[in-house]
Amino acid sequence: MDFGLSSEQELLQQSAREFLRCHCPTSLVRAHMDPQADGYPRELYGRMAELGWLGLLIPASLGGSGGDLLDAALLCEEFGRAALPGPFFASSALAALTLRYAARESCKQQYLPLLARGEKIATLAWSEGRAAWDAASLETRCERQRLSLRLDGKKLFVLDAHVADWLLVVCSFREGRRNDVAIVLVPRNQPGVRVRQMLDADRTRRPCVVELRGVTVARKHLIASGEKARAALQRVFDAARVLLAADSLGGAEQVLEMAVEYAKVRQQFGRPIGSFQAIKHACAEMVAAIEPARSLLWYAAYAFEREPKNAPCAASMAKSLLCDVYAWATERSLRIHGGIGFTWEHDLHLWIKRSLWNRHAFGEPMFERERIAELCGW
Amino acid sequence: MDLSYTPEQEEFRQRLRAWLKKNIPRRRSPGAGLADDEPERIARAKAWQRKLYEAGYVAMSWPRQYGGQEADVITQTIVSEELARAGAPPLIGQMGIQMVGPTLIQYGTEEQKRRFLRPILTAEEIWCQGYSEPGAGSDLASLQTRAELVGDEFIVNGQKIWTSNAHFADWMFCLVRTDPSAPKHHGISYLLIDMKSPGITVRPLVQITEERGFNQVFFEDVRVPRQNLVGELNHGWQVANATLFHERNMLGASSRTQELFQGLVRVAEGRGRAVLEDPRVRHRLADLVTRVQAMRYHAYRQLTDAARGRPGGIAASVTKLVSTELNHEIAAFALELLGSYGTLSKRSPWAVERGYWLTEYLFTLGMIIGGGTSEIQKNIIAERGLGLPRDTRPM
Repeated sequence: MDFGLSSEQELLQQSAREFLRCHCPTSLVRAHMDPQADGYPRELYGRMAELGWLGLLIPASLGGSGGDLLDAALLCEEFGRAALPGPFFASSALAALTLRYAARESCKQQYLPLLARGEKIATLAWSEGRAAWDAASLETRCERQRLSLRLDGKKLFVLDAHVADWLLVVCSFREGRRNDVAIVLVPRNQPGVRVRQMLDADRTRRPCVVELRGVTVARKHLIASGEKARAALQRVFDAARVLLAADSLGGAEQVLEMAVEYAKVRQQFGRPIGSFQAIKHACAEMVAAIEPARSLLWYAAYAFEREPKNAPCAASMAKSLLCDVYAWATERSLRIHGGIGFTWEHDLHLWIKRSLWNRHAFGEPMFERERIAELCGW
Repeated sequence: MDLSYTPEQEEFRQRLRAWLKKNIPRRRSPGAGLADDEPERIARAKAWQRKLYEAGYVAMSWPRQYGGQEADVITQTIVSEELARAGAPPLIGQMGIQMVGPTLIQYGTEEQKRRFLRPILTAEEIWCQGYSEPGAGSDLASLQTRAELVGDEFIVNGQKIWTSNAHFADWMFCLVRTDPSAPKHHGISYLLIDMKSPGITVRPLVQITEERGFNQVFFEDVRVPRQNLVGELNHGWQVANATLFHERNMLGASSRTQELFQGLVRVAEGRGRAVLEDPRVRHRLADLVTRVQAMRYHAYRQLTDAARGRPGGIAASVTKLVSTELNHEIAAFALELLGSYGTLSKRSPWAVERGYWLTEYLFTLGMIIGGGTSEIQKNIIAERGLGLPRDTRPM
């Protein structure tokens, strides 16, 4: 019985924090907020690739650093603290895990080492604007042709598709007599693919619309279909929940830290506002919300690797709790900051908006709570 | 990170589980459990603790020479988990085991240890805590109960209040003012007082649960031998802080919360399918189970820190704050699910589970206050944890 981080994990997190403080200040985040630009700090990502972070969730045998989900969660906590922009989550988490869980060995060998080195960027295109993604409700279709596959449809909220080399498209695929779910790898520059940014309030995330019109790819681009594809996606979505929970933890800690620092220096009524219990208690309540939630996050990451039976419920619990805590903590922090926190110039809104995106992506808390109730057997 | 137990630990758990199955007292009383002062109940509660002690499951972390087994935190966790799982009644000598015992081990003289530790374990002597006074609650250090050293004796005068179990306790560990001229934290001493001493009057207070759990205790020229002083004269505040730390170091907190939540689920299930299919109920249960699980793993994390010898810092305050508030929310929701039955007195023949949830609702409210209110815990977290400016302290 040991429920703590290993010294390697503590070191990973500590060095990530120091690295990002130095290489991903908010000035860099802001420089990549322009909606016209692609929001992809390539130089920073080059360094992240050298550190092995882009391949953290890829096995060492496939060119990655062979970390587990807890390692990745610790890293994502620091990304959340720094409000890191760019395609880490889309490429190194969603796409890498989809390929890892769904693809056959030869595909993994072809694609994963390139993702690990950051030489190629991939993303997962699953949403069509609704929560459901079963074969019956997917409108994006893939048809088997004599020598190729043809795709038609429209995917929404595809993260970082505008900078991706490869799109992993979740679509409805006729197999035998019935339709089933399939995952098809589509190069972004294939004729018939059109990508536009959707523009989220959180400028550190870049969701896109991907239109596919008569896109033709070779049959070997079918990554997986049927049960294998569905099971892989379930697992990827649970990993996504855990990693977004981790990002939320880092963000919540950041806005707490900002509130505390401000409360120590801001003077009103002749003393620091942090000496008033209204402010002290607000900060203490953030600690009391954040610390147990961190423990739950660790468990969700642990369960993902070690207790597959409990993993889905734990992932939903971590997602709903951390995202609620994050959004609530940003509000608290804003109240403590007062007017200055409401300005574009102040950095606080970077996290306010990131908390909103985290909360809504991969299952808003209301959806997650229903899933928890179902998984608990109620 | 590894949540599995060693084969030895698993075997220990199975042995304990089997023992509990055979030996646990059958009926569980609601709420505090120990609130009642009927002599027969007290005798039963003492017998239960003695039985548990003789089986080797009480105060396992204590040094061997004082009746413990120097067990590690994991073993203690297994014990508290299994006790909660089996629905075991709380120990009547809890105050002695968790608070005065560890304090004596740390600060007591050899003679005090030899005299007091064993009867704490066997429940032969029950302890109560003499801290709060009518004018000294959250501001405990402003306490006024006076102890004057005359020759080899302290002469104690004053009043304590909210003293749980004083109406049947044999001994009290008590904070008294021994130097009224010193700054308030520096004139306090920690005394062990025989409750049978002449000059002590115990007046029970009825709690809002209709139980007689705590008391007022009056001291009129009560004589306490000097050798009952723990630690140095006028250094009682430090000694007491160590005890408070032990109090907040609640191993069983998360197990109790889980038990309470399981009870809530049974209430929801008992209200029928339609209730359990109501999205409002489902989402509330999902929200609560999420926070219950968070506290469970939070407890594991604290235990791991303890096992690794890392200081807990403000973690105990976070646990006290969150788990008492969460327990109350669970009880409040169970009460709501019971509709009009929820508010029936435990004496009503129509009461569900003999008014268990109403008692829990009220009792958990008391737990938010006892041992440092939620507001005090927030001050501790903000000042000691986050370094926010302290309130100005007079004296």
